[in-house]
Amino acid sequence: MSVTVYIPTPFRRMTGNRAAVQIEAGTVAELLDNLDQQFPGVHDLIYNSEHHIPQHINIYVNNQEIGALDGDQTALSQGDQVAIIPAIAGGQDGLAMTPEQVTRYSRHIIMNQVGPTGQRKIMGAKVLIVGAGGLGSPVALYLTLAGVGTIGIVDFDVVDLSNLQRQILHQNDDIGRPKVVSARETLNAYNPDVKVITHETPLTSDNAMEIVAQYDIVVNGADNFAARYLVNDVCVFLEKPLVDGSILLFDGQSTVYLPGKGCYRCLFPQPPPPGLVPSCAEAGVLGALCGLVGSIQATETLKLILGIGDSLHGRLLLIDALAMEVRALKIRRDLNCVVCGDHPTVTELIDYDAFCGAAPVGAGAHAEA
Amino acid sequence: MAVDVVVTSTLQKITGAKSVRGEGTTVGALLDYLDQRFPGFRAQISGSDGQLHRFVNIYLNDEDIRYLQALDTPLKEGDVISILPALAGGR
Repeated sequence: MSVTVYIPTPFRRMTGNRAAVQIEAGTVAELLDNLDQQFPGVHDLIYNSEHHIPQHINIYVNNQEIGALDGDQTALSQGDQVAIIPAIAGGQDGLAMTPEQVTRYSRHIIMNQVGPTGQRKIMGAKVLIVGAGGLGSPVALYLTLAGVGTIGIVDFDVVDLSNLQRQILHQNDDIGRPKVVSARETLNAYNPDVKVITHETPLTSDNAMEIVAQYDIVVNGADNFAARYLVNDVCVFLEKPLVDGSILLFDGQSTVYLPGKGCYRCLFPQPPPPGLVPSCAEAGVLGALCGLVGSIQATETLKLILGIGDSLHGRLLLIDALAMEVRALKIRRDLNCVVCGDHPTVTELIDYDAFCGAAPVGAGAHAEA
Repeated sequence: MAVDVVVTSTLQKITGAKSVRGEGTTVGALLDYLDQRFPGFRAQISGSDGQLHRFVNIYLNDEDIRYLQALDTPLKEGDVISILPALAGGR
């Protein structure tokens, strides 16, 4: 039987830094012996002097801890996945992980860049997603699967049949139901650990500061310019990172705005006049493009939470799905920006519908056909 | 100077293609050339005063021309110009 063994970070010096190795074995005990033959020293790291697996090390076969199976005599089948998970020292925030969580997040935990500390950061994070639609759906889904502790979703709309071509949080039976309710049910069905807070309202100048203040990071999945300028300005005022994304036809754009380092208004100081740049409802959008851009936003959000990698900050990623070309353009803080420049003239929220020349309804309240 | 001009889907309606060849010694001259070749092009991206709309950005290679010499930014053979209006869609 050839099985895949996931090696925890502290043991990887034994395996030449390999996170996963293939081992032939019929039982877990045989697996540990064979692992030791291939990588001498592993055996002594796992077994104690009485030749028992100590309580601070859990071994999982597929998703089950071997204590609940036949211990180290647990039989292995071809293709089984075995994870060796030592207890995690140094729980800085007191968020101990349950064995179920250790298994659920094992593919994160075994990565050097995440590890148990990073996974606990994810579990402690609070992320607000504006819109439970094309972009908000994949963003919310991946952040939920990743175990983000608190996910807020703001959306006033109800599920429409025409949403189902791309909005993967909602299903046929949800038509006519509030999107935030459908979203919460879907997300908790995927991962009951995650606390989903629903804000069933348009985001407006009256409520945006209060809502956004409850979160660490904001992800933008709005569908109109008024909401985008509102979300931008709130994030500037409250100094929240904003993970931005937008889609139309076969085109996607994504970037990250970090406090004090430029904003949406630096990139686009003014919205186009109404009607000039069509909406997805008017012009269409390829459903699968939402997944592409939303996954980028979810990835950037997780990187921000973990503090790893190079953020998309300072770069505007352009995705042309028709040519399947991705390019990055430089963006920077505009010293003359009216909200985040050196001498800002907009210092509180304004009337964004008037600013964008739209019909006088709440920003974000624009009906979607 | 022959340069490549890349546009988004919304401008493609006028150019007929995602990427077109253009000519000009500056960005401004290039826009004049494109407007002659594709009538209505300039009206899509700039106002009656000739100034670029503030929701449209033009990039020389990967740099915003606002941080270069705006419409006077000189072009050289083989440059890539990207014309990028804001997109709002998310749902």
